[in-house]
Amino acid sequence: MSHSVLIVEDEPNIVLSLKFLMEGAGFSVRTTGEGAAALKEIEKQPPNIVLLDVMLPDRDGYSICEAIKANPDWQDIRVLMLTAKGRDMDREKGLALGADDYITKPFSTRDLVDRVIEISKELPPEI
Amino acid sequence: MLNAGFIIIASFGYIGLLFAIAYYGDKRADSGRGIINNPYIYSLSIAVYATSWTFYGSVGRAAAGGLIFITIYLGPTLMFVAWWFLLQKILRISKANGITSIADFIASRYGKSTVIGGLVTLIAVVGITPYISLQLKALSTSLTVLLEYPAIVMPSVEIGQPVVSFTAFLVAMAMAVFAILFGTRHLDPSEHHEGVVAAIAFESIVKLIAFVAVGIFVTFGLYDGFGDLFMKASANPDIKKLFAISPSSDYTQWVTLTILSMMAILCLPRQFHITIVENVGTHHLTKAVWMFPLYLLLINIFVLPIAVAGLLQFPSGSVDPDTFVLTLPMSTQNEGLALLAFIGGLSAATGMVIISAIALSTMICNEVLMPALLRMSWLRLNERGDLTSLVLNLRRFSCVFIMLLSYGYFVFIGESYTLVTIGLLSFAAAAQFAPVIIGGIFWKGATAKGAFAGLVLGFAVWIYTLLLPSFALSGWLPESFITEGPFGIALLKPYEFLGLSGLDNLSNSLFWSMVLNIGAYIGVSLSSEQSAIERIQAAIFVDAAEKYSGTAGRSNLWQGSAAVDDLRDLLYRFVGPYRTELAFKDHARRRGLELKELMAVDAEFVGVAERLLAGAIGSASARVLVASVVKGDIVSLDEVLQILDETSEVIEHSHRLEQKSHELEVASDNLRQANEQLKELDRLKDDFLSTISHELRTPLTSIRSFGEILFDKPDIEPSQRRQFLGVIISESERLTRLINQILDLAKMEAGSMDWEMSEVDAGEAIREALAAMSSLISDKSINLELMLPENLPHVYADRDRLIQVVINLLSNAVKFSNGPEPTLNITAEADGDALLVRVADNGPGIPDGVGEIIFEKFQQVGDPLTNKPKGTGLGLPISRQIVEHFGGKIWFEKAARGADFRFTLPFTHTVQVAE
Repeated sequence: MSHSVLIVEDEPNIVLSLKFLMEGAGFSVRTTGEGAAALKEIEKQPPNIVLLDVMLPDRDGYSICEAIKANPDWQDIRVLMLTAKGRDMDREKGLALGADDYITKPFSTRDLVDRVIEISKELPPEI
Repeated sequence: MLNAGFIIIASFGYIGLLFAIAYYGDKRADSGRGIINNPYIYSLSIAVYATSWTFYGSVGRAAAGGLIFITIYLGPTLMFVAWWFLLQKILRISKANGITSIADFIASRYGKSTVIGGLVTLIAVVGITPYISLQLKALSTSLTVLLEYPAIVMPSVEIGQPVVSFTAFLVAMAMAVFAILFGTRHLDPSEHHEGVVAAIAFESIVKLIAFVAVGIFVTFGLYDGFGDLFMKASANPDIKKLFAISPSSDYTQWVTLTILSMMAILCLPRQFHITIVENVGTHHLTKAVWMFPLYLLLINIFVLPIAVAGLLQFPSGSVDPDTFVLTLPMSTQNEGLALLAFIGGLSAATGMVIISAIALSTMICNEVLMPALLRMSWLRLNERGDLTSLVLNLRRFSCVFIMLLSYGYFVFIGESYTLVTIGLLSFAAAAQFAPVIIGGIFWKGATAKGAFAGLVLGFAVWIYTLLLPSFALSGWLPESFITEGPFGIALLKPYEFLGLSGLDNLSNSLFWSMVLNIGAYIGVSLSSEQSAIERIQAAIFVDAAEKYSGTAGRSNLWQGSAAVDDLRDLLYRFVGPYRTELAFKDHARRRGLELKELMAVDAEFVGVAERLLAGAIGSASARVLVASVVKGDIVSLDEVLQILDETSEVIEHSHRLEQKSHELEVASDNLRQANEQLKELDRLKDDFLSTISHELRTPLTSIRSFGEILFDKPDIEPSQRRQFLGVIISESERLTRLINQILDLAKMEAGSMDWEMSEVDAGEAIREALAAMSSLISDKSINLELMLPENLPHVYADRDRLIQVVINLLSNAVKFSNGPEPTLNITAEADGDALLVRVADNGPGIPDGVGEIIFEKFQQVGDPLTNKPKGTGLGLPISRQIVEHFGGKIWFEKAARGADFRFTLPFTHTVQVAE
């Protein structure tokens, strides 16, 4: 069984590309465009990896990251943040909140896929 | 009993009593146990204001004019009750500067000027002489009347009886002797004559008792009290009208007399002398401010009753009302009371004459004779031994001179005038001092030249409008001088000066003398410069109240030193060895030296010596004398000016520094604000860049991702490849649009946008925008409600930009039209001078609390970080820039449902009119 990825992103075209890339790398993919919906998806079935956009229509990605890291049941979830804000300050803020990686848009697709695979290797294999 | 011999013996007996009191007072003062150092004696001594003019003349005045006699007492009462601070300030200045007379006061204020001192003295002597002669006239009249007892006969106009004339002369000389004995007994730097003051206080009591006694006798002896008296008087219409201020009475005269007497209590030399110079404790004034007015009230209670009773008793008019006080007791054979009344009048006259003689002789000596003698270097006065006797002799001579002058005026002029008129003549002369005194203690800018000009003009007008007519009335000048003016020039008629008619003689004179006096004083002061010493004196006088504390408030112009021996010689001559040695000992002690070691004294002591001398011989003379012994080191005027200039420069500098520091504060405040603004701008710029960056990166992300995907996976399914390429294209378009918008906005904000303005059919432009949006609208099945009337007036706009605005609003509306039955409502209509366009939807609407902010860059509804709708966030800001450029306005209306955007565009014709 492959690792699962939850894509939390509101730009439909970016979701389209991310989904294509993740499925191409062998992950099972779910998507959502809103923060609240994302947390519900996680509760329903915690994914292994969350690709989390910082700017969501209902709430910002940092708070979702915080919520995931604060929940003891979700300690194994890896969070990779995606942001169009490229400032160091934003990056540090993401990492400080416990994000496992931080990728700036526009990103290299190969780099993104490599990093997700890298993260997934540290995860316990799915049964 | 009332024969000539007895009356004369009684008169001289009374004057002898005054002598005794004065002698006792002086003895006590010499032994250091003065009797006048209390507020009661002080207040009583000020009552020297009530002269024989009050004693006899008030009744005369009341019999003729009713209540108006009261003005002469109203003025002083006002001054003491309401303007006491003026007296207090003058008192403080005088005590601090050793002032010896009103002339000394004025001269001292205006730079210790001998010219001003002399001028004031001249005015005082000329002005007061009639007043003194008035006392002699009152005495001689009352004596003549009394000598006829038991008959009541008025003295004839001629000075008929040599014995009376001779008696008046004797009395005048007796008073001169009195003034000489007690007023010039010794030279005292403080110019105190305690014996005289004690005698004056006593005579004030006597005249009050005498007058009140006559009043009580008349009211309760001849009649049954006030009620009875006035009841009987009311029966006579001529008398009745005296009780009230009748509507016909001249109000200007009331005002004139009140003001005049107010100034007189301040400016009459004898009042200045007794109130200011003879004052031995400034705190006594606080009691005098009510006790003196009380005295005036008491002495005036019976004026009207006596006047009324006189008119009732002597209905034929054969008895001069000026004599009622005397003739009423005489008519009832009340010898004792008649004698008391006579003594009261004598008392009032004596007090006035003595104090006036002392005050005037001090002025003549200090301000005129001494400065003149000291300037005559061939007299070698400086080198002579004891000069005290010279000074005292000069004063004695001055006393006799004044008395002779007054006697002369009495003999040659006095008979043609009533008591009151002569008194007012003197009041008006003394009033000329008021402007320079009051101005001098409140206005630092007043100059000696200004004071001189004011005094000279005021005095000249006084002479012309009051003194010369008095000569004319006495036959010494042709009467046509008054009736037709000199040489027949009507404009120069003294009583209607410069054509001003309708005023009484006195008001006319006071008006013109004051207008010219004050006008010249202020005008010349403003246009002339002060000398150094004037500036110093001005500061001392004006600032006296604030700074007065013992030694402060005194000038010290001396620089360098003087040999002890020289200064000692000088002081010996004028203030005597005792005071001189006392001063030197005090100085040596302060310097910590033995008296013998003291060889030269410094500037401070020279200043002390000058003040000591000033007390004895006046400030102007003292300055001349001290200058002769200070060895070459007197500050020259140039030096003083330089010092003053430097001082004012320093003050100027410090002012400028203060100003600079204030400016710096303001500047640093401004900088701080600018800094805050910059920080805010910086933050905005940061936000702006961050937002732009986000907006640019988002489409770029899709483009790059799909570009790489297509590049890496050439074998991708054709349909998917097509989808991905479609995304790349639409995101590229989005990117282009965004960049264009940013550039547009930047250009508009910078004002470098190229506008293609022309007359535009707005309806047609709106339809074109709708056409461009039609596919999106139909995609969302939006119901379109249009109201675009044909033939709307054209607007002046850039057509493409106008379409852009409508598209922006439409795309916003379409974007939010997500509810059931989405509807767009687009209307255009004329609204006054403008076209009103409305674009409304029935979507979620604009949340409450969101205002103008949605027209800001990148401010989409809600925080851009979170609640993010699609779009660049630049549509509305650009629309606003465009609409405002067209001269319109864009806003949104609060709507129950959906968003309701509106904008206006001025019609072409309106714009043309405006342009």
